[in-house]
Amino acid sequence: MAATRLFLRASPVKCSLTGLTGGVHSSLGSTLLKLSPACTAKPQAQRRHAAHFTFHPEPAPSQYESRATNPPLTFTGTEIEEQVFIADTHCMNVSAGPTQKMNLFQSVTSALDNTLAGDPTAVIFGEDVAFGGVFRCTVGLRDKYGKDRVFNTPLCEQGIVGFGIGAAAAGATAIAEIQFADYIYPAFDQIVNEAAKYRYRSGNMFDCGKLTIRAPWGCVGHGSIYHSQCPEAFFTHCPGIKIVVPRGPVQAKGLLLSCIADQNPCIFFEPKILYRAAVEQVPTEAYQIPLSQAEVLQEGSDLTLVAWGTQVHVLKEVAAMAQEKLGVSCELIDLRTILPWDTETVCKSVVKTGRLLISHEAPVTGGFAAEISSTVQEECFLNLEAPISRVCGYDTPFPHIFEPFYIPDKWKCFEAVKRMINY
Amino acid sequence: MLAIISNVLRGTASRNGARVVVSARTYADFTPQASFDIKKCDVHKLEEGPPLQAVLTREEGLQYYRTMQTMRRMELKSDQLYKQKIIRGFCHLYDGQEACAVGIEAGINLTDHLITAYRAHGYTLTRGGTVREIMAELTGRRGGIAKGKGGSMHMYTKHFYGGNGIVGAQVPLGAGVALACKYLGKNELCVCLYGDGAANQGQIFETYNMASLWKLPCIFICENNKYGMGTSVERAAASTDYFKRGDFIPGLRVDGMDVLCVREATKFAAEHCRSGKGPILMELQTYRYHGHSMSDPGISYRTREEIQEVRSKSDPISMLKDRMLSNNMASVEELKEIDVEVRKEIEDAAQFATTDPEPPLDDLLRGTNPWTKLKSVS
Repeated sequence: MAATRLFLRASPVKCSLTGLTGGVHSSLGSTLLKLSPACTAKPQAQRRHAAHFTFHPEPAPSQYESRATNPPLTFTGTEIEEQVFIADTHCMNVSAGPTQKMNLFQSVTSALDNTLAGDPTAVIFGEDVAFGGVFRCTVGLRDKYGKDRVFNTPLCEQGIVGFGIGAAAAGATAIAEIQFADYIYPAFDQIVNEAAKYRYRSGNMFDCGKLTIRAPWGCVGHGSIYHSQCPEAFFTHCPGIKIVVPRGPVQAKGLLLSCIADQNPCIFFEPKILYRAAVEQVPTEAYQIPLSQAEVLQEGSDLTLVAWGTQVHVLKEVAAMAQEKLGVSCELIDLRTILPWDTETVCKSVVKTGRLLISHEAPVTGGFAAEISSTVQEECFLNLEAPISRVCGYDTPFPHIFEPFYIPDKWKCFEAVKRMINY
Repeated sequence: MLAIISNVLRGTASRNGARVVVSARTYADFTPQASFDIKKCDVHKLEEGPPLQAVLTREEGLQYYRTMQTMRRMELKSDQLYKQKIIRGFCHLYDGQEACAVGIEAGINLTDHLITAYRAHGYTLTRGGTVREIMAELTGRRGGIAKGKGGSMHMYTKHFYGGNGIVGAQVPLGAGVALACKYLGKNELCVCLYGDGAANQGQIFETYNMASLWKLPCIFICENNKYGMGTSVERAAASTDYFKRGDFIPGLRVDGMDVLCVREATKFAAEHCRSGKGPILMELQTYRYHGHSMSDPGISYRTREEIQEVRSKSDPISMLKDRMLSNNMASVEELKEIDVEVRKEIEDAAQFATTDPEPPLDDLLRGTNPWTKLKSVS
């Protein structure tokens, strides 16, 4: 049967059989199909294999630098002096040590491995984490550390996070996994009302700083409505938690370890499309990348590009295109920590270049780009050469069949760059 | 001689207006109906359960067989198309559980309401969808039942509210629909389905409370296929007696592989709701042959032997077939003919699903606020 199909595919014969592949893939078939004018995709394009970006691995870092972190946010109310956040500990220059080729999920496993090894109170729980997780982020950990430290929960996100808050408040380093970021909403109340406000409302008597929530995040090519969402904007409206999104394996491990060490509850979103696609040489020892520090990936003088997660790779290509086709030198910034974000780096960059483009997959209205845009125009108004541009997803649910049109791909971003340069 | 008899029979049948399935070689001596013993249902907070005997007529039997066979073949075809990458995204197949969908539909009316989770292809079919529409929806074409925008998990028909992706979220919705039924006074009810994994979600218990408090005409049905994705029920639930989890809601445990058992239980439950006694809970013990979805091979958490055993001993279609053949309610040829027709229908539907064009780009906006100028670049 498969051989027949192969034969049909190869031969430009009108198939009167119910040869499904023949009808789609033969060139004769494409003329027989009455494609509507609106359906511009060629039959070959129905196979949506190509991702909308290419991952370029970065060389393994030899050491990590850090500088003094941003001052902690404090509530400037009249009587309450308790800090909303506890400041990051100052990370020393860390030498990287031996490295190993890992993809994103393996780097997450490595980070969790380091944590469980170094911290006897650390526990990992979530749906299906015991056998390794649906994205294999916890493979081998249960066998290595025991079933009382790596265990499954039933299907109850609200329960998982609530349980995690309690465990963290009692002193365990709790790492909760939400199977997809799209399913985090039942736990929204727990995160926003319980976790974020615990330290504040108890006058620093209790806190759940040892809680870290991990969730796969972002578009994946075929995820549709409930397996592709980027909910970071919902949580940025909530002081008291930290939100972090890595762009690759080296970043993921360092940032995850920082989140776990951080004394505030953190949400760590892992771009699921990069789980296998992103491969880098990652140090096997534990190391931390400081939170609330954006990274300038590429220096430039004409335009600042800001993104996080998968979109950083899209903008890398945009920067290359801009240089090649327009002669525009772009400065690319990976925000890394979404909340609290590194205003200093971004504003310094915009002061230098005068133009800012922010891009994310989440819908444009109310997305985090709006917050960045607002702050930058406040701080750098007189330095702006063009209005700040946001290239984001449409204000629709994440579509099934329209995904290639929905995502802010490099062409949309390039158009926006062109417009800003010619403003 | 036989031809004359068959012609006479056909003539009388059409004159009487009765819809009799007449095969090419009609045998005059098919049993028109038979009574079968069905498994006793365990009950919770009920005095008695559904009857222990079910009457099946020939027409009903053939109809159930046809529907279940259509469902089975449709799911297997979807499996094929998925592996050919013509269907993409997520695809949760229903084969093995056909008796649940067909039995439930046989116990309620088409005007009643039903809502389920993402393993929805079977219910879309029983609630009035056609195979063509369903398969075109899977491939994301404009001929699909949701115009190609929903995909596998989001299929809807009149009185069928989907097709819901978030586990457990459909149950409070179902209670809301039941409230509307009660309010509008049309003697309709709502069948609210969820799985063994979802039974551990908090919103289910909130719904039990509301439905019971306000005596909503809601049949909660837990389709217990023994595995919530890859987690067996013993490892997920403190109490695997899902029919008792409603606590103050009466419950039934039903053999979900026997279409007659499901039908009788559903009829019993429908009667309970329609008489104003409030909600009732049914646990259907069933099994799925495929994995959780197409990305799950389905054998890493259970053995092939287990799947084979269920297939050979409790397959719903085989059980119905054996019953009908051993009681002379149908002939082997007749059932084979139905198989052939079903196969052809599925092939046609698959052809349609592959060649129908995708929805136009304007559809990206439809369904959302039409007054917002859609933009993605500010």
